[in-house]
Amino acid sequence: MSALTVFFTGLYYIAAITLIGGLAYRIYEYSRTPAPLNIPTTPAPTTRVGVSLRMAREVVLFESLFKSNKWIWVFGWLFHVCLALVLIRHVRYFQDPVCEIIAFIQPFGMYASIGMVIGLLGLWARRFLVDRVRYISTPSDHLMLALLVGIGLTGMSMTFVAHTDIVALKGFTMGLITFDWQPVPNDFNLLAHLFLVALLMLVFPISKLLHVPGVFFSPTRNQVDNPRERRHIAPWAAALDKEQV
Amino acid sequence: MAAPKFEVPKLSDTAYTDVPKIQEGSMSHIKSFIAPQAPQEFLGYPWELADDWKERAIDRMGQLLGKYRSLRVFMDACVHCGACTDKCHYYLGSADPKNMPVARQELMRKVYRRYFTLPGKIAPWLVGAEDLTKDTLDQWYSYYHQCSECRRCSVFCPYGIDTAEITMAGREILNHVGMGQKYSNEILGKVQKIGNNLGLPGPALEDTLLGLEEDIEADTGVAVKMPLDVQGAEILLVTPSADFFSEPHVESLIGYAKVFHAAGASWTLSSHASEAGNFGLFNGNYETMRTVAMRIRDAALELGVKRIVVGECGHAWRVAYAFWNTLTGIGYGGNDPFSIEMQKQLDPRYKQPMHICEYTWDLIQKGVLKFDKSLNDHRTITFHDSCNVARGSRMGDEPGGQFTIPRNIIKAVANNFHDMAAETIGESTFCCGGGGGVLTDDLIELRVKGALPRMNAYNAVAKEEGVNFLALICAICKAQFTKVVPFYGFDMSQVGGVHQLVSTAIKLED
Repeated sequence: MSALTVFFTGLYYIAAITLIGGLAYRIYEYSRTPAPLNIPTTPAPTTRVGVSLRMAREVVLFESLFKSNKWIWVFGWLFHVCLALVLIRHVRYFQDPVCEIIAFIQPFGMYASIGMVIGLLGLWARRFLVDRVRYISTPSDHLMLALLVGIGLTGMSMTFVAHTDIVALKGFTMGLITFDWQPVPNDFNLLAHLFLVALLMLVFPISKLLHVPGVFFSPTRNQVDNPRERRHIAPWAAALDKEQV
Repeated sequence: MAAPKFEVPKLSDTAYTDVPKIQEGSMSHIKSFIAPQAPQEFLGYPWELADDWKERAIDRMGQLLGKYRSLRVFMDACVHCGACTDKCHYYLGSADPKNMPVARQELMRKVYRRYFTLPGKIAPWLVGAEDLTKDTLDQWYSYYHQCSECRRCSVFCPYGIDTAEITMAGREILNHVGMGQKYSNEILGKVQKIGNNLGLPGPALEDTLLGLEEDIEADTGVAVKMPLDVQGAEILLVTPSADFFSEPHVESLIGYAKVFHAAGASWTLSSHASEAGNFGLFNGNYETMRTVAMRIRDAALELGVKRIVVGECGHAWRVAYAFWNTLTGIGYGGNDPFSIEMQKQLDPRYKQPMHICEYTWDLIQKGVLKFDKSLNDHRTITFHDSCNVARGSRMGDEPGGQFTIPRNIIKAVANNFHDMAAETIGESTFCCGGGGGVLTDDLIELRVKGALPRMNAYNAVAKEEGVNFLALICAICKAQFTKVVPFYGFDMSQVGGVHQLVSTAIKLED
């Protein structure tokens, strides 16, 4: 195996472990931290089913963002939906044979990459053009956008400009998940793409990308509005009651 | 009115407030008076910074991160998208970028990143992490007392990040190192020592109520009573103490008494629990908020009441509706000895606690109350949704009942009602500018500027629809607007309560 293959194989195992382990740790941390008070932003659903629907609208349609700002919503939603299509399309590199749904999504996923980059550029433009957003932007906000645009552009270059050796690539990716390691194709665009994706996986659990698990744990969105009917109490708070009785 | 020492914002030509260009530092001089030794000592906090203040602050932050999921998640989830940047009334009125919710959060987040996250520890410059310095602490003090914890930002955040939770945590950390706020902490002392935020002792309260009874009888010819500490009464009314002597608050208290009278209800006030307000909410200290709320439970148990009704007060209703069950067992569904003791005394046919508007609306629907609506014809009324009621509570059975029920009452007792612009009411309502522990004269500049978005919306209906009455269900809103509407050219008599309107129109029999 070439040094290049060793590097990328190792990189992807480390990135995958970091991503999965890091996210699992964060989710564990969020779930074990108590929410001592009932604080849904009202009007809020009064049933668990209602809360599931609220959360679904939030995650799928970005309901609150839509209420807030149509430009951020357009670019943000376009980016996320296109990213989802692109990610689903990439399942084909880890499946043999490729199932029908993934095959069906292939053309949509290819063109979604364009929407993804447009969405990102729109969000990035706001960081320069809107004084309020410029004020709150940190270097890492710009770097995160640069990273995602970089992933999008290197990926698109292989789809629309110069195809990479797709058979060899699939050999490499399948090799990763079957532990039967194969050489990584030596193609600059591909290697850049793979490197940036691994970087994204590595920073995911320690960056603002934690908004992905975070939204599901947000008490203002995931709590049921029923405080008069249900006594909502955290273990550390219940201990105070025992002193009283 | 003395000429203000600051520039009062200009009203716009429409109901809407233009989003200003940022003006860095425009409100950095704002500093609420620091609490002296006595109230700090009473609350168990230091009153000056010790040498180890930084360690104490970081330590307390760590504890809060472990106790509150809201704080933990909100510190991580923000992506700096900017959705909240134009949503805060204090930003709209002052243009200080640190009054944008995300920037207010960043004051804490930059410290969180530095001490509690890996990237902040190894590359602080990259992710905007910073050491906690005295300068940062002073900024916390300034800007965490420029937030009224109204939660408007939380409506618009794609992750539901609620700046109020961060402000509360910030104030608790400030208290913990010895930088408490004089106004809120003195009130927290008075309510615990005397029974209410105004420090009105029992005998004075009794005198006040007797005087009010005489006034009502002179005015209407009907002997409407205001009972105090009546053992075995069915209903305990817990209301903000401002209702006992402030104008226009007292007009609503008279309204509640008339409603109880017309319904033939057995009710009482309590001198021990002569305050619905709970400033413990504002300071992010669960134990203090619980201690203050426990007065209600104690009074209810002692008097043996079957129902608890809460008067017109925004944050008090949030605490009562959303937290009383948790803090004191007033509510349903608890299966521990502490809550069972309270629940078995309460009448299960009714919501516990119940808002006075729920109580009155229920009676109106049953046809128990009769009104002469024409008595309110000199008024053209609009309704301001109080932030804590709108976004932190509910009335009735359906989500949004907190918007419809007060409006239904107004329409049942008056002929002329017009809502303000849709984007400024309901869940998008603007805070009055005085909530969350900033209703103090040392923050008058903040209060006037923060009222701008509401004043623009009010000005529009005043001009277009001839509105001349701003109906409220919050003691803080009433005090705040009475003080600030003159800065915008309105007379303070245009401010009043929903039950003041009820009081005007209700028909009483002996």
